[in-house]
Amino acid sequence: MTLRIAVPIVLLAIVALLPLVAPWSQVVLTLALAKGLAVLGIVLLLHAGQVSFGHALFFAVAAYSAAFLGEAFAGGELVMMIVLGLGASLFFGLMVGLFVVRYRHIFFGMLNLAFSMIFYSILEKFYHVTGGADGMQVARPTVVGIEMERAGFETLLFYGSLVLCVAVAFCIHRFLSSPIGNMFKTIKTNETRLEYLGISARRTLLVGYVVSAGLCGLGGVLMAVAQGIVTPEYAWWIRSGELVFIAILGGAGSVAGAFVGAIIYEAVRVNAAAFAADVWQMVLGFFLLAIILFASRGLVGLYERLMDRLESKKPQAKEPQEKRVPGAAE
Amino acid sequence: MNAQLFALAVFDGVAYAALVFMVAVGLTLIFGVLRILNVAHGSFYAIGAYLTASIGGAIFAAGYAPWLALPLMFLAAAIVGIVLGGPIERLLLRRIYAKEDALQLLVTFAVFMILEDVQRLIWGTQPYFEATALQQLGNIEVFGVFYTTYQLVVLPLVAITVLISLRLFLRKTLSGKLILAVTEDRETATAIGIDADKVYLLTFVVGAALAGFGGALASATTSVVPGMGADMIVLSFAVVATAGLGQIEGAAIAALLIGLGRSFAVYLMPELQVLIPYLIMLLVLLVRPEGLFGVVRTRKI
Repeated sequence: MTLRIAVPIVLLAIVALLPLVAPWSQVVLTLALAKGLAVLGIVLLLHAGQVSFGHALFFAVAAYSAAFLGEAFAGGELVMMIVLGLGASLFFGLMVGLFVVRYRHIFFGMLNLAFSMIFYSILEKFYHVTGGADGMQVARPTVVGIEMERAGFETLLFYGSLVLCVAVAFCIHRFLSSPIGNMFKTIKTNETRLEYLGISARRTLLVGYVVSAGLCGLGGVLMAVAQGIVTPEYAWWIRSGELVFIAILGGAGSVAGAFVGAIIYEAVRVNAAAFAADVWQMVLGFFLLAIILFASRGLVGLYERLMDRLESKKPQAKEPQEKRVPGAAE
Repeated sequence: MNAQLFALAVFDGVAYAALVFMVAVGLTLIFGVLRILNVAHGSFYAIGAYLTASIGGAIFAAGYAPWLALPLMFLAAAIVGIVLGGPIERLLLRRIYAKEDALQLLVTFAVFMILEDVQRLIWGTQPYFEATALQQLGNIEVFGVFYTTYQLVVLPLVAITVLISLRLFLRKTLSGKLILAVTEDRETATAIGIDADKVYLLTFVVGAALAGFGGALASATTSVVPGMGADMIVLSFAVVATAGLGQIEGAAIAALLIGLGRSFAVYLMPELQVLIPYLIMLLVLLVRPEGLFGVVRTRKI
């Protein structure tokens, strides 16, 4: 039991300290955390049994909001960018959500895809506003009014992202075990029963949808600031597919899995992209198939199974035995 | 907009609708029977186009007769259906029918990702252009507008032929009736001795071949480029969703609606060209969530 908790804490500490030992990892980890936040949005929707192929839309909405803010105020302010990006993605999430929560499964996924493709082509076509396929530069913003050097800013961004991720992960964890979180999960298990209880499934899904859009927005702002450029590619369906892939890789429905998956994915991508750039999507596709067919609970599932095996070696067989007969007559 | 431009827009729309219909009808057929939305359908379309353009380019350059263009298209469609569609259904989809919808969608999405890279590995990123079929048939004049015979006559004729023969196949032949029976109720159909596995395989192969045929037909009218599969899957989904999932005749009308909407946008508001299909779909779905011709299904318990 203690080992099960200790390992994640050690892993978190390693992530926090790694940039001190290996400075190159700092940017990679920041990008991974930004993606992890967006993946968390997908994970949230997976709890309701829905998969969205268009959440890169909210990622891009927030990233472009930050870019516009930076352009309007010659550099801009990081806190303002986050607030504005979050606000914009929540607003778009509400607008799109009002429409898509009427649908489930195939329609839900594909309508999200349609919305993101619309946004993608708007970003690309209206180049006098958005810079077209070249995108927009995002200059380094001030942080609560203080101008920062590049190195200092990157360090701050990394630790800021890390703290934000831990805080957000905790909030989402609490959200999922709250009453509305449980109603949200019932959309997957038995939506009819939820309606019988007098609760609107659409409204519940809408709440979750807007939250997930906001998570993607947070990720988008961090990504835009960390990369210093935003392009229409942010809203491309491949981005959305990547987010879904990471969510499944980490373990569908696992909050921690979103970040574990994102960090591993980003690390592999950075190192493998050099010699597998041509077949990268193919590699992802095969991995996705393998995970769905053979390890449907992803990395977190594998970890749990490993821990179960380690614990069952010890001679404390009382707990598992009780679990095996739930509701047996006393 | 004068009469000639109007005629041009209508012709463009009809020609485009014929192509989209070929892809959408396969998508809707597969969904009707397998209850799976095949995201890899766009790849079948693109591979059909690539096969036709590259093989065609090679044999016409070697001096073979241009009339081979049409048989070549059938060949490309058959290759897509049998070589790609068959194994995908047999080896992959068969293992996931019992899984939840989200995972089924992800599996076909994974296949789509794989096939996109396969195309790039085989055919590279440069565009292919092979318009022998288009040039061979020449132009005709209608309402004072010159238009290619291929696009104005052949494509719509082929689409109508496919629509009618598909309808006859499903209603009049034994295999078709078996497909309908499995669509209606797989369990009962299995109970009276229908081999549902075979029906699934047959449907998927036919659906994939239709998408490949659509791509083969399209390759004569446009250059074949990477990414055409992604555009087509979303567009044909828009058609299928507008019509109502599983509605074959409805798909023809929705394809016409979206094709015409798109071509008029090209002449009137070029910036909106890409958006029009989705706007039509969103408008239809706002009013009729199950699509124009869809029926509300009672939930099976």
